[in-house]
Amino acid sequence: MDVSRDLASEMYRRMVRSRSFELAATEKLQAGEIPGGLHTSVGQEASIVGACLALRTDDYMVGTHRSHGHPIGKGARLDRLFAELMGKATGVNAGLGGSMHLSDFSVGSLGETSIVGSGLPVAAGAALGSKMQGSDRVTLCFFGDGASNEGTFHESLNLAAVWQLPVVYLCENNGYGQLSAVSAMVSVPDIATRAVAYGMPGVTVDGQDVVGVYHAVSAAVERARAGAGPSLVETKTYRYHNHSFSLPPRPYRDETEVEEWRQRDPVELFRARLLADGILDDAGVAAIEDAVGAEIAAAIAFAESSPYPAAEAAFEHVFTNPIPIRR
Amino acid sequence: MTTISYLQAIHDAQLDEMRRDDRVFIMGEDVGWNLLGSTDGFLAEFGPERVRNTPISEAGFTGAAAGAAMTGMRPIVELGLTSFMYCAMDQIVSIISKSTYLYGGQARLPLTLRATMFYGGGHAAQHSDRPLGTFMSVPGLKIIAPSSPYDAKGLLKTAIREDDPVISFEDGRLWTATSEVPDEDYVIPLGLAEIKRAGTDVTIVAVSGAVRTALAAADLLASEGVSAEVVDPRSLVPLDYDTILGSVRKTGRLVVTDPSHRTCSPAAEIAATVAEDGFWSLQAPIVRVTTPDTHVPFSPPLEAQLYPSAERIAEAVRQTLK
Repeated sequence: MDVSRDLASEMYRRMVRSRSFELAATEKLQAGEIPGGLHTSVGQEASIVGACLALRTDDYMVGTHRSHGHPIGKGARLDRLFAELMGKATGVNAGLGGSMHLSDFSVGSLGETSIVGSGLPVAAGAALGSKMQGSDRVTLCFFGDGASNEGTFHESLNLAAVWQLPVVYLCENNGYGQLSAVSAMVSVPDIATRAVAYGMPGVTVDGQDVVGVYHAVSAAVERARAGAGPSLVETKTYRYHNHSFSLPPRPYRDETEVEEWRQRDPVELFRARLLADGILDDAGVAAIEDAVGAEIAAAIAFAESSPYPAAEAAFEHVFTNPIPIRR
Repeated sequence: MTTISYLQAIHDAQLDEMRRDDRVFIMGEDVGWNLLGSTDGFLAEFGPERVRNTPISEAGFTGAAAGAAMTGMRPIVELGLTSFMYCAMDQIVSIISKSTYLYGGQARLPLTLRATMFYGGGHAAQHSDRPLGTFMSVPGLKIIAPSSPYDAKGLLKTAIREDDPVISFEDGRLWTATSEVPDEDYVIPLGLAEIKRAGTDVTIVAVSGAVRTALAAADLLASEGVSAEVVDPRSLVPLDYDTILGSVRKTGRLVVTDPSHRTCSPAAEIAATVAEDGFWSLQAPIVRVTTPDTHVPFSPPLEAQLYPSAERIAEAVRQTLK
């Protein structure tokens, strides 16, 4: 499969970590232990992990409102992410951000932004910072099909192209912007074709194939690292769950469509391939899944046993160099 | 000491800081061509990497400044006129003001957003905004509003050295105003008001371009035997209420003036704070002198009547003395 045994195992491990983390989070949300909403990427793990693993740990990544798997893909610890979902003091954002704003700067996850399309300029800027400092760091910017209709998409891709910035724009096209189908809201069948307008390469790949995504993003990363500028990669994928768990279900799509996509589940597809290619045997798969299960259980226990922030924490981190907060 | 203009002071502050720190760079529409007069000679000295002409994409390059700041740079963004800030509103409010907080202190955003309040020159409603209060009500943004070349240079240098986002609201009506500035390096801390003129009968707190007008009003009042103290907060976030309340304790009367619209202006916030914290010092109701809550009209006689004038400020003072 053109990737090393170790990398293939790591791809599987991170996909299982992302899937298990989100399924555990949905249970906790439904039990009333996670405040706010939850936008999951269940069904999209191959896109996320394949793209993140094309990066080095010191590369940067910017996520979206639907980005639990993204810091996980980048290598973040699960315990502080889960504690953040529960609003605990030990959360990676100190309980100030929650589900839509996970981050982990220690692994280059520069944070997620919950205003659709608002992360695209930030990613261009992170790439500008790297370029100006003479570093070969690359920035990977996730966004969705919906964000490709925001003005920031146009402004950012044009800016990245005219300044030849080392950024890879990765569109997770999961078929729906909130509840509206891409076919009704996006003017072209393949969002990657919009790259032509910005003078950069654009490629559309099967988002359920982690290795295919990895190769496509690796090529774009290599190009960026070599100073040849930005690229746009579109992954065709699918969101199994509703837009957000905080919203009531609406009849915007046919359940048979969901079932059809579940037939090409990225985690199951990759597990079958690992077994068929002899990269892992049943015991190897079980070992990964068991280890992730234990990691998730420990993360939940850590989050549950962590305290909520003290009331005064609401007034911290407004500034790096604090001034008195008017109350 | 050298006498320079307000616009030159802005130029000189940026020049000093770009020479002092390699991480400082400037970007904005046509900054390389010195479009607005604050970047003369920059392209020749620093080159196109550090003096970046941007596409007309305010959200794009303002957000890019946030990303560059998070990864170790110290950008100055020349947004041009304050009216163009609205194109970048989501990036300023959702990204720049909130990222340090949202990510629990992991993100630092040492960046300066510069914008000129371009009013009073017949540029009509879409080019004449003075949105001071709009941004004061967004936590996470520090704000300077200098009223003289001395303050502009000292405050802007502080802003560029700050580890937080700072908006520099520059008053286009002061571009040609002059004052002396020291030849050596100096900075003015944020949150330190200055008494621009000492007095005993009434406190006039004035912001940005209204300071010059308030000083003219104080001259007028002096000829009537009224001694007005003019206080300039200089930075709006943080805002030095101690100096303002101290002055009101002394004079017992307060007029507040700034060029914003009346509702939710700096004047409104300062008046409310003095009403809460300085009520027992007051011998008369507080009076605000601001711009009425109408849009800025194009026709010069229509526009000229709207902004705080020396006569309007003097009349407000007379009202407090009745």
